Amino acid sequence: MKWLKPPVFVLCLVPVAVLLLQAFHEPLRADSLLTALHLNPDLGANQIEKVTHTTGDWILIFLCITLAITPLRKILNQPWLIKFRRMFGLFAFFYASLHFLTYIWLDQFFDMSSILKDVAKRPFITAGFTGFVLLIPLALTSTAGWIRRLGGKRWQWLHRLIYISAIAGVVHYYWLVKSDVRLPLLYAVIVTLLLGFRALMAIRNQRRQLAANSAQPRAAFRPTEAAKDVE
Amino acid sequence: MLIKKPSDIPYSEVTPKSLYMNRRKFLAAAAAAGAGLAGATFWKMSQSSSPVLAGTKYDNLVKSPFSTTEKVTSMNDATHYNNYYEFGTDKSDPAKNAQNFKTVPWQVSVEGEVKKKRVFQLEEIAKLAPMEERIYRHRCVEGWSIVVPWIGFPLSVLIKQFELTSKAKYVAFETLYDPKQMPGQRGSLFGSGLDWPYVEGLRMDEAMHPLALLCFGMYGESLPNQDGAPIRIVLPWKYGFKSIKSIVKIKFVESEPPTTWNKQAPNEYGFYSNVNPSVDHPRWSQATERRLGEFFKRKTLMFNGYADQVASLYNGMDLRKYY
Repeated sequence: MKWLKPPVFVLCLVPVAVLLLQAFHEPLRADSLLTALHLNPDLGANQIEKVTHTTGDWILIFLCITLAITPLRKILNQPWLIKFRRMFGLFAFFYASLHFLTYIWLDQFFDMSSILKDVAKRPFITAGFTGFVLLIPLALTSTAGWIRRLGGKRWQWLHRLIYISAIAGVVHYYWLVKSDVRLPLLYAVIVTLLLGFRALMAIRNQRRQLAANSAQPRAAFRPTEAAKDVE
Repeated sequence: MLIKKPSDIPYSEVTPKSLYMNRRKFLAAAAAAGAGLAGATFWKMSQSSSPVLAGTKYDNLVKSPFSTTEKVTSMNDATHYNNYYEFGTDKSDPAKNAQNFKTVPWQVSVEGEVKKKRVFQLEEIAKLAPMEERIYRHRCVEGWSIVVPWIGFPLSVLIKQFELTSKAKYVAFETLYDPKQMPGQRGSLFGSGLDWPYVEGLRMDEAMHPLALLCFGMYGESLPNQDGAPIRIVLPWKYGFKSIKSIVKIKFVESEPPTTWNKQAPNEYGFYSNVNPSVDHPRWSQATERRLGEFFKRKTLMFNGYADQVASLYNGMDLRKYY
């Protein structure tokens, strides 16, 4: 399934490509293409808002896709899906970086005191900032080299920070809408299902472990689940 | 070749830019002539009795000293970036979903603490005073703003048609309730969260203030559907949601009437909702705003820059308490 990686990679770049086409719709003249795809030819009246919201949406989408890999490969019994998890996770970080950069540069013009005030005083910004910051160590330690350096178990514990990041992202979204909470709630449901699946798996594994322990002596050394899980 | 469906073409794009620019010169010339005649006094002009359909052109507009000289927002932006949740909560929804909104015929009922109630046809209200062009700054509570050349006359003109009882301390307004035409009013799961119909209100002195505009049009023609056709008010010193759209009822009442956004989130949206850079929204700052079309943000002005005209209405009021 390795041949799928390049086309999937390109597909993951489509959202930012669309944004660029919309931003530069005057010189690039891709309006007819965008309209044919039922997309707006430009960024509308409030361009910075549109870029912020669009990149924000795609962070949540990629986080959900990343979180869906493990449930899917277990339910569908397709272990090769794991090979794509890192890519989707890094794309979540990519869109998060764009979202964050749009905020601190195009919205706040690098006004540090204003940004810090926002993070401290505005709960929805605090939540968003938390969600972003938590992804940074995950992006930095996403390589196989780091799994070896940290050891599978510690790496897995670190990368569970994505659960908090996803929750922070949904809370950030919910707290910023004025009254129409439908989309934030939809993401909340999806994230809950994805995390709920893991909770159930963890309970089931614990029960199995207890049953196995009581039935026979400890098994000989075998590589940890974590090291097998990642690519 | 791309064949666009009619609904894909914003009707504002039908007017070429050069024609648009020339129209303003024509309006200015016509308005100057009209203003010369009218002077500082108003005189009743008999208007045509034809229905006020969207797109109907206005001429002989009286120029107003309340107009700003700031750059006017493009009509394309003002008609495609709208908060009008009756037609959907995305900014682009109202332009798409309000296309077939029926604004003819239209009645406005005036009732409550009046000696004699009355139901107006829209055309009857439109005849009450000469139409003025008021170029106002318009500031949304979300933190963006535009400059719009509205068309109308002071709300006080309509109010003065009525003999009020001593109990008339506030004016309440109501928007049309029609889920068949307004998809946002249908009870979908969770929905947009707002109670319908949309209601707003003003203290009597606010309603009588010369800046308070009873509005029938913008950019030289009658209001597009997505901007609150066929009749709305514009209160330039308050956040935009106070400028209630598509009005069907005006009622004089004794106590402070309920307002939709205050019902939705009482700690976030108050009755007065005066633009105030030093009173933040609980979730975001109100110190700056993005003027649509501009790259850099602007400092928000007290009362949206209309402090000279309206600050006296709020003398002695704690504007942090009465937000």
